[in-house]
Amino acid sequence: MTSGTSSPVTGGAARSGPATGGTGTGGAGVGAPAGGPRGRSARATGPRTGRPSAVWAVPGLLYFGIFAALPMVLVAYLSLTSWGGLGSPEFIGLQNWTRLVNDPLMHRAIWLSLLLTVLTWAVQTPISLLLGVWAAGPQRNRAVLSALFFLPLLLSSAAIAIIWRALLDPNFGPLAWLGPVLGLPTVNLLGGSNSAFLVIVFVSSWQFIPLHMLLYQGGARQIPASLYQAAEIDGAGRLRAFWHITLPQLRHTITTSSVLMVVGALTYFETVLILTNGGPGTDTTIVPFLMYRAGFRSWELGYASAVAFTLVVVATLVALLLVRFTGFGSMRSTKEGL
Amino acid sequence: MTVRLAEGPSGSPARQRPGPARTGPTPTRGRSKRDRPNVLAGMGVALWLVIVALPLYALLIATVQRAENYTSSGPFTPPTDPTLGNYWRAIENGLLGFVLNTAIVTAAVVAIVVALASMTGFAIVRSRTRWTTGVFRVFLLGLAIPSQAVIVPVYLIIVQLGLYDTLTAIVLPTAAFALPVCVLILVGSMRDISEELYEAMALDGAGSVRTFLQLVVPMSRSGLSTIAVYAALQAWNGFLFPLILTQSPDKRLITMGLFEFQGQYRIDIPGLLAAVVLSTVPLFLVYLFARRSLVQGMMGVGGK
Repeated sequence: MTSGTSSPVTGGAARSGPATGGTGTGGAGVGAPAGGPRGRSARATGPRTGRPSAVWAVPGLLYFGIFAALPMVLVAYLSLTSWGGLGSPEFIGLQNWTRLVNDPLMHRAIWLSLLLTVLTWAVQTPISLLLGVWAAGPQRNRAVLSALFFLPLLLSSAAIAIIWRALLDPNFGPLAWLGPVLGLPTVNLLGGSNSAFLVIVFVSSWQFIPLHMLLYQGGARQIPASLYQAAEIDGAGRLRAFWHITLPQLRHTITTSSVLMVVGALTYFETVLILTNGGPGTDTTIVPFLMYRAGFRSWELGYASAVAFTLVVVATLVALLLVRFTGFGSMRSTKEGL
Repeated sequence: MTVRLAEGPSGSPARQRPGPARTGPTPTRGRSKRDRPNVLAGMGVALWLVIVALPLYALLIATVQRAENYTSSGPFTPPTDPTLGNYWRAIENGLLGFVLNTAIVTAAVVAIVVALASMTGFAIVRSRTRWTTGVFRVFLLGLAIPSQAVIVPVYLIIVQLGLYDTLTAIVLPTAAFALPVCVLILVGSMRDISEELYEAMALDGAGSVRTFLQLVVPMSRSGLSTIAVYAALQAWNGFLFPLILTQSPDKRLITMGLFEFQGQYRIDIPGLLAAVVLSTVPLFLVYLFARRSLVQGMMGVGGK
């Protein structure tokens, strides 16, 4: 396999390169075409470019279209129907939408979702930024510790929610044991409306800070060391260097990470389902959970679609921001300018 | 022992050396002033270490605790007579079946995603027709379609296709939703293949298929492994599609299995947590042996 990559790199040896590399990638494919192109006919009719026709994009586009893009359109249509899961959806006009606009549960869900978004952002950004910048340092102990900090990422959302539910269990969990030891009354954190919400903020931070820490670590490693050396010559201390060099240099990373956090918080679902089931009462029923509840518990799939469509609109707006501010749209090579 | 003693004296001068030598090996970050131990950062990191490690420690301790001792012995003291019984119980309750289902789904998702994303990426990067830019835009917008937002129509489509309650029902949308990120990552790494290599292939008379198989695929291997890991993570940790699109116990994936366990064995927390730990083993192995790909795959969008 290595010969396959190393020989084309030399460029001049390209003619022999693909032939040797071909044995690794597809032995059968090499035999036939390798003989053909060498013949005069191919070259006489003009050089082949090896460029793919647009047909190459069709399977991917079709597949994505059917299972991701078409549902985007369908969700808009379904929001105008009444559908219980069996039979076919029945068109009812804007009824779901008038209901949605007047649904106090939906108002609450939107408020809670926004609150969750803002809180998780405010908790996660400073912590992951500081940890990431710290982990970007060359010291060996930092590498070891960051490897440890990475561990929550190996757990699925479901696993994390189950772990925290067990840890916070008022009867069997460590918290029940820790309370008396510290002389505190045993509290059911998942039973109180504010505390349950804060638990969700905490657990989502516990889950996602490692990811964002990695983003910031990567970002901080890109900062040229010469900037810090210059700052030191100017007599800037650690704090000022952080404020005037690290933070401005990380602004793209901050944008990317923030967008991911916002989209993540808007679509936060598993953890709520497992940890609180939207409760106590409806105190942690955020928009995605409300959608699930309306759709797959009450089987009001039309109404659920209206809720979902609201999510699509918000998510699309965020997507446009993402494309606009992080420069994904410019399709630039990472090696450009080097 | 003697070897270690012999190393001692030669080690100590080496230990003194870093002072003057420091300017050499650590030029990435500043020197003198910034070499003062950062007490504040140290404390912050120590606090975070406790927040991350303590729950994980309590998790592991709980899984080797006998169920009857779980509440009485305290969560942070290692058990005097550790047991693997909880793990056996988790396996007896059908965990391996869930793992097998998840492995099948994961393999299928990775295969679909790698095949489609690499072909699409190739077309986007190399095709001369203008509408491939449009294709790229479609995938960019697709980046932010949350699966929650379209789960109702996906359910409708799966039911219409007669695929409800099959593993295929999980595979199809999971792969579709992994596709945008993967196309994005691959377009990035395929753009880094230099124009001369393409020209050399073309001079050699290679058509698009051969260019793809012999140049593009080998040269974008790191991108391909990143997207394979990303797709595998999506499938392995996926929750919503299995929750909505399947119902029978023999179609359960690992995340759903854990969720069901939680409902059934509410009192048997050590058994539940043992199942959680077992469900993490495959990812942990990937972490040990392919950390780079895993990290890049996890960062997905952000990684670029």
